[in-house]
Amino acid sequence: MSVKLTASALAIVAAATAADARDQLQIKGSSTVLPYATIVAEAFGENFDFPTPVVEGGGSGAGRKAMCEGVGENTIDIANSSSRIKQSDIDLCASNGVNEIMEVRFGYDGIVFASDINGPSFAFTPADWFSAIAKEVVVDGKLVANTNKQWADVNAALPAQDILAFIPGTKHGTREVFDKKVLEAGCKATGAYDIFKEANGGDKKKAKKACHALRTDGVSVDIDGDYTETLARLAANSQAIGVFGLSFYQNNTDKLVVATMDNVTPSTETVASGEYPVSRPLFFYVKKAHLGVIPGLQEYIDFFVSDDMAGPDGPLAEYGLVSDPELAKTQDMVANGVAMGPLN
Amino acid sequence: MTDATSSNIPSGKKHATSLVAQDARTKRRNAAEARFRAYGVAAIVVAILALIGLVSSILYNGSSAFRQTFITMEVYLDPAKLDKDGSGNLEKIAKVSTFGYAPLIAKGFEKKFEENPNLVVEGLNAKKAAKMISKEGPAELRRMVLANPALIGQTVKVEFLANGRIDGYFKGRVTPETAKLDKNVSPEQLMLADKLKEAGLLKTRFNFGFLTRADASENRPEAAGLGVAILGSFYMMLVVLCLTLPIGVAASIYLEEFAPKNWITDIVEVNISNLAAVPSIVFGILGLAIFINFAGLPQSAPIVGGLVLTLMTLPTIIIATRASLKAVPPSIRDAALGVGASKMQAVFHHVLPLAAPGILTGTIIGLAQALGETAPLLLIGMVAFVREYPAAPPEGFFDPAAALPVQVYNWTQRSDPAFVERASGAIIVLLVFLLAMNAIAIILRRRFERRW
Repeated sequence: MSVKLTASALAIVAAATAADARDQLQIKGSSTVLPYATIVAEAFGENFDFPTPVVEGGGSGAGRKAMCEGVGENTIDIANSSSRIKQSDIDLCASNGVNEIMEVRFGYDGIVFASDINGPSFAFTPADWFSAIAKEVVVDGKLVANTNKQWADVNAALPAQDILAFIPGTKHGTREVFDKKVLEAGCKATGAYDIFKEANGGDKKKAKKACHALRTDGVSVDIDGDYTETLARLAANSQAIGVFGLSFYQNNTDKLVVATMDNVTPSTETVASGEYPVSRPLFFYVKKAHLGVIPGLQEYIDFFVSDDMAGPDGPLAEYGLVSDPELAKTQDMVANGVAMGPLN
Repeated sequence: MTDATSSNIPSGKKHATSLVAQDARTKRRNAAEARFRAYGVAAIVVAILALIGLVSSILYNGSSAFRQTFITMEVYLDPAKLDKDGSGNLEKIAKVSTFGYAPLIAKGFEKKFEENPNLVVEGLNAKKAAKMISKEGPAELRRMVLANPALIGQTVKVEFLANGRIDGYFKGRVTPETAKLDKNVSPEQLMLADKLKEAGLLKTRFNFGFLTRADASENRPEAAGLGVAILGSFYMMLVVLCLTLPIGVAASIYLEEFAPKNWITDIVEVNISNLAAVPSIVFGILGLAIFINFAGLPQSAPIVGGLVLTLMTLPTIIIATRASLKAVPPSIRDAALGVGASKMQAVFHHVLPLAAPGILTGTIIGLAQALGETAPLLLIGMVAFVREYPAAPPEGFFDPAAALPVQVYNWTQRSDPAFVERASGAIIVLLVFLLAMNAIAIILRRRFERRW
């Protein structure tokens, strides 16, 4: 006990000596946005007189929560997020005195389905995925437990290969998109959604939740780590299909073959045009109270959304970001420091 | 062995209790012993095989991180691009960003192709060829020019880092077959790489930068190094050493030599042993609550990491120190006290010097343990992308920094395959540090230890 007290007393003394202002930006959040943020931070440190910002991962939710901890040097300046901020975050922010937040959408990310390069290539629809890994599927207008063994059982056009899917775990932002754009879409396409809705007395929320329920017999495996883990699992199991971010796939095209979705091959072009259905916007949130206080913050966000970085020919696009067609609008918004309004 | 002797001696039923022949019970007992020995040998063999497997896979994957491919290229620093009004004004030159420097490298390739038509590869223009150079290249050029603006207008010969894929080609990670499928490299670039090598413009050599450079983004794995992480780990160890040694030794001397034996000291003792077994992540949570949220210390700073690791290491050091104090025979204390020394003189003049080797060994092993610790650092923001070197101490303790084990963790999460080799390379560096520290501990013990 005495030991701990001594240590914390020392810490307080140490804190008093470090009174000078923080001179580098601190950023935290989504591990999907992390590579983009590090690319920008690196180029920012190179080209400006400010130190390179410190960028941390940890997940979208963790980043937003850290941003909402309060205002001051010991709190972060920017939260990266691969999903839109939630009302609960905004409420938390408000209760801690973080009133004005700037929402910056800097591009889009595609979510792709890929398998080992030596295996067959697949042409999926959301309905195929729902029928393959949902807990209950529709057979002759009735819900039954899912017993499909092979992809060919799901859709005769697919290869006769055992179903095994590595999908992101529930803590990932990617999973939310997968649930929404693939499972729900498939649920509706197969007619299961209507049956779920009926069974729940017309409750849409419960019906959607039922659509997200996955079978638990080991056919669909949640990956709680990141894409490198999914890739390692695929390498060990060439029969499996993995879910990746588009940028990750583009950096590993020599190991993975990508599946089409609704006959659209995922690429930066098809995601940008909206043809490829499984995509999501990427954001970062800026604490407005820190603008003008932490040196370099305004310059960093201006630089992030500049054509040089986030434009279609910039290094972010080269890494796999689908650049935002409305980037000019975002640039104006960032330059004028417009705070976000209430969520609609 | 027992079997051999027993088979040589004719067995007789009547000699059941003979010392020479074995009866059934002795046989069983001997067999049990033989089995136990076999288990022991098997366990050790498995452990050694696992160790060999681990170390060899790390060495196999990681040793290539210490070698790097470089491309030498002549670049004309065009005044029309870099210093448009010819004023030589440094502020204006600094306005040209790295995006302005990249085309100069492509021009360098163009000129090289003109000079040496042998290098031309069909389907590969200068712009694509320039992609073989790391994206760190333009930044290096810019730094060079800003450091010495007089270079503008001259042609400089620069040794650039080769792109991670080209580097991978010379390390066997990339082949023309994979290059066909890979959007980041083309077979033509690999052909040019071979030609450049023949022309002596491309070399793979020891990569000192791996130990000194800062971390780099996913776009340029070839430029990533351990500099910031090594510095961060070093600062943390400094903090840990400066805090644990005095506090730990003072606490153990008091507990061992002066403290009265009552229920309070018993509770303290039990708690120290318990603290030594607390999972390290708990110390991270404690550090976040006390040092960052309450005391207001900065995030990602070595001081916070050092304080958290201090809390984690203290029990280990206290236990080791107490053990070595206990090992000093009471006769030494009694003799000192007998000739009139005070209790304090007896401890500091006689007991402590004799216990010092044990204390040092314990401290070094505690430090080695702290050096490899990752979990508590996760919570205090050390697992971050940090490119700025921390300043010299004491200010540097408050600057953001990474740490060695954290850098390994970070790199294993990156998508570019070149980071796999970097992560293994970082493990090798970490292991070398740990081995060195443990070796020092062993040497100190051998040299100064006294047995009674």
